[in-house]
Amino acid sequence: MREIEASCITEKVKELCMEANYDLPKDVLLAFQKAKEAEESPLGVSILEQLQRNAEIARNERVPICQDTGFGVVFIELGEDVKISGGSLKEAITEGIRQGYGEGYLRKSICHPFTRKNTGDNTPPIIHIDLVQGEELKIIVAPKGGGSENMSRVTMLKPSDGIEGIIDFVVNRVKESSGNPCPPIIVGVGIGGTFEYAALLAKKALLRHVGSSNADPELAGIENNILNKINNLGIGPMGLGGRTTALAVHIEMHPCHIASLPLAVNINCHASRHKEISL
Amino acid sequence: MVKPIKISTPLSNQDVENLKIGDEVLINGVIYTGRDAAHKRLVDLINEGKELPFDISGQIIYFVGPTPPKPGQVIGSAGPTTSYRMDAYSPYLIARGLKGMIGKGARSQEVVEAMKKYKCVYLAAIGGAGALLAKSIKKAEVIAYEDLGPEAVRRLEVESFPAIVAQDIYGNNLYVEGMKKYAR
Repeated sequence: MREIEASCITEKVKELCMEANYDLPKDVLLAFQKAKEAEESPLGVSILEQLQRNAEIARNERVPICQDTGFGVVFIELGEDVKISGGSLKEAITEGIRQGYGEGYLRKSICHPFTRKNTGDNTPPIIHIDLVQGEELKIIVAPKGGGSENMSRVTMLKPSDGIEGIIDFVVNRVKESSGNPCPPIIVGVGIGGTFEYAALLAKKALLRHVGSSNADPELAGIENNILNKINNLGIGPMGLGGRTTALAVHIEMHPCHIASLPLAVNINCHASRHKEISL
Repeated sequence: MVKPIKISTPLSNQDVENLKIGDEVLINGVIYTGRDAAHKRLVDLINEGKELPFDISGQIIYFVGPTPPKPGQVIGSAGPTTSYRMDAYSPYLIARGLKGMIGKGARSQEVVEAMKKYKCVYLAAIGGAGALLAKSIKKAEVIAYEDLGPEAVRRLEVESFPAIVAQDIYGNNLYVEGMKKYAR
């Protein structure tokens, strides 16, 4: 059994909140560059250039890439041989979010659904915990903005809708979202499982290295097919026209019930932020 | 690239008549911030026949909820939020003399009709470029609804704040036209 102090988890979550919001991952920056080289719209090129400059300012001056510093979504892979000492895991994570958003000058965006009263410290976070073998604890902090989350959907297709139905739904979702989710976007697709599990798969798909393909060649082919269709919509950077609407489509799949074909589309803006650490 | 058009607030009818979709503008002067919660309160005041907390005539509202400023900063990161959530409220403010809105994403038909009738332009700023856009903001002061935190109404002084005319007073829509041009 390995012991990990709750206070250490709080400290790491705090740091990850700030790093995720200040420092756009290299894979996203590389995707900007590739998109810029291929973009046909002069306005689209100009927007992509400004996004590159924005990321540089944020990293150098340690300020948020975007004012929407997001919901604190935290993925935990907890080794079965790990014992948390000096407090509970959930409280440790929540405190890390509170400190990270406070000390990092990040925006507090969480409120009561009816009164809209702000909780004031960006808590509570959303925490997903997976139990894994071993004695490591992996923490991924993935701040999620509201604009792109609002454009996401879960649907329960009929099994007869098949792959074609899946492709149509995803492409139409992006089409209807137009400029709202801050394109160029990253599209996370969850296929199968149950209603809630499809959504979780779609969110996990967003954590993948931008532009990486699914290991299953069939799914990789569908990812590519959907990406081409999306970029042929012409929506472009910020929805103002262009050839770059999505930087990547990532699919994750799971077996489903014989009656069902659950499908979730989780859209991420171009500020695809996530940082991780293993303890 | 065509040179950006410089505009200064308050805007006149002629200023907005000159702006067409696709034009890049640089804004100078005072603009006001407001998003979901502040819009609701402003429209409640109008419906109750009360005064607004600032003179909206000729002004621009920027849909933004900035991050808190770090010590030494005027304002934190300050990019646009998605505009359709303000669609239910904007026509009331446009009827009161609002001349410009800055946000991201397309507006509803009701907003477009009000924009045409009263002459108000809709500008898109680059979403997710909050660190860059903050550089154009030289002064920021909360003037109403401090209790709303990031959603409070702020008076901003901006210099060369960059935006793109997304929907003009003639009913043209760059979200539609731009997409048509690059679709295959």
